[in-house]
Amino acid sequence: MKQSETKDHAGLAEDFIKDEERVNWHDGALWYIREKRDIASKQIPEWEQLREAASKIKSNVISNLHEYLLQFEANLTKNGIIVHWAQNAQEHNEIVYSILKAKEINQMVKSKSMLTEECHLNEYLGERGIDVINSDLGEYIQQIDNEPPSHIVLPCIHKRKEEIGELFHEHLGTEKGLSDPTLLTRVARKHLRNVFLTRRAALTGVNFAVAETGEYVVCTNEGNADMGAHLSEVQIASMGLEKIIPQKKHLGIFLRLLARSATGQPITIYSSHYKKPRKGQEMHLILVDAGRTRQLGRTDFRDSLKCIKCGGCMNTCPVYRKSGGLSYHNTISGPIGAILAPNLDMKKHADLPYASTLCGSCSNVCPVKINIHEQLYKWRQVIVKEGCAANTKALGMKAMAWTLSSPGTFTNAGKAGRWFLHNIPFVVNNKLNPWYKQRDMPEGPKESFAEWYAKNEPKR
Amino acid sequence: MFSLVKKSLNSAQSFMSSREKILEAVLKNQPQTTVLPDISMFKGDKNDIIQRYVDVFKTIGGSAFIVDNLDSVKDLINEHFDVTKRIVTTLPELSDSAELISATVDPHTYEDVELAVIRAPFSVAENGAVWLTDEYMGQRIIPYICQHLAIIITAESIVPTLHEAYEKIGLGSYGFGGFIGGPSKTADIEQALVLGAHGPLSMTVFILK
Ligand code: SF4
Repeated sequence: MKQSETKDHAGLAEDFIKDEERVNWHDGALWYIREKRDIASKQIPEWEQLREAASKIKSNVISNLHEYLLQFEANLTKNGIIVHWAQNAQEHNEIVYSILKAKEINQMVKSKSMLTEECHLNEYLGERGIDVINSDLGEYIQQIDNEPPSHIVLPCIHKRKEEIGELFHEHLGTEKGLSDPTLLTRVARKHLRNVFLTRRAALTGVNFAVAETGEYVVCTNEGNADMGAHLSEVQIASMGLEKIIPQKKHLGIFLRLLARSATGQPITIYSSHYKKPRKGQEMHLILVDAGRTRQLGRTDFRDSLKCIKCGGCMNTCPVYRKSGGLSYHNTISGPIGAILAPNLDMKKHADLPYASTLCGSCSNVCPVKINIHEQLYKWRQVIVKEGCAANTKALGMKAMAWTLSSPGTFTNAGKAGRWFLHNIPFVVNNKLNPWYKQRDMPEGPKESFAEWYAKNEPKR
Repeated sequence: MFSLVKKSLNSAQSFMSSREKILEAVLKNQPQTTVLPDISMFKGDKNDIIQRYVDVFKTIGGSAFIVDNLDSVKDLINEHFDVTKRIVTTLPELSDSAELISATVDPHTYEDVELAVIRAPFSVAENGAVWLTDEYMGQRIIPYICQHLAIIITAESIVPTLHEAYEKIGLGSYGFGGFIGGPSKTADIEQALVLGAHGPLSMTVFILK
């Protein structure tokens, strides 16, 4: 991987913000998606009730996971799907390898799956002579560039089209300088169609796994999961334990929330319900722990397991938008990544809970109402207590500094309101945020916003 | 003594399978059970449902036609698609102009399908999606591998939201089912919307009145 292993979030973000034009584009593109989410959610009068219901269903899942897992397993078996259990990435990768090896398969096509990214499955199989191609366009682009995805929904959102054109020129032989998104997509379509048609094995992730029926749902916009799965002779699904939902009818709640929260679409183009293998086909499902049961035991952080991976918290996060997903040096980036990662390796990810202004915008958009910003705050305390971070105060200030480093002329009164909303979307009503405290003082702020900024302006 | 106990505990654990270890950890760490919420109040509204469906479906990049009968469907197909290329269908009524899908041939053989015309049991007004199961698809790969997808639904079958949709689906006896809401798309390159990622380039819905 290209990404540096030694720099922390602040250091990696500093690299990212060097290209000001790119940062501004990235920031704007994600904010635009956040706005689309707002428009889509406002069209549903019962939106808040849906979030509440989704959050409660997921609370129930977490509290009754043992039984649901057993029920899910029994129903999968009844449906003819072979079930595997993996405690960690190593076990997961070994299982996939053994399935492929038994069939003498040495090429596999994979649709979007953050879990297999987390497990470094492609590298593991590659070392054993099995070639894996990521078929989601964004993930494919990241793969040919030898980089991990920077966003869970939009894997290459940090790349400009000219860079993608250059990659296609190098790897797919397109004309030099070609950067038109439609033309590039057509080239990838043609190339990957041939991949789908020639691979005997396909692996997908899982969005929702229904305990009641033993089926799992995969959501995509491109149709890549289905192209791979329905042409395969061996179909594998990898899922984290937390993807379970109790009943089929609960899909109505989650599918109404997911795409609207992710991109502002009313539903993803494809919501595929896989239940039984096709005639002559073999289906496997791997249930993966990889730290999830540990997180389940952490009272303050277990709610992070409710996440449905919509990416909404990333799109709205002022720090994410300005620092880019790769600066989080973890498969899942952004606010949710910052509360999941310390559970995996507290020392390595001690910096991530500081990559936040604690403005609370993430919690406010989260479709399953995870108290993300509160967990970020709590992780900071755990990390300090466990002696895992050297200079945490400095880290906290850095996050604030990037947020403030927008070139917008916020001193102009007419623009200030909009600038504020964009940069610190939900600062009101949030006691964790130092800005809030300052703005909330009854006798009026001691220094104006501009004065505060001038004093704290990051040295660039 | 203490270390002995610990040792035997460890070796007992190593005899446990991953499955047992995971399940044990889940049981140990899961909090006290909370109740599932009642979701029966979530319902949509049936007013003007056909028009709402058509409007939503168009905003997601699809084309919709309200038609009186299958003859009009045939006319529209002739008008809008390249009928010199391979057209497949599950409808015997269309077998004079399209090839009937076989449930048993190798799915790879459908690689060159230009247009697939299939029925769907219902669609959803709030998001434009149609519901299909393998039985309606003819073969699972059909609605994904074709260059263009055309779906026939009846006007009365449209439901307002996904809640009514899942009521209709119930537990389901299908092997595979899916919602399809428009032509395949991607915006992975600089957020520029491109229709036709890996699945169909276009999707048309014919609504039989
Ligand atoms: S934490 Fe919430 S907002 Fe963030 S990705 Fe997960 S579900 Fe979406």
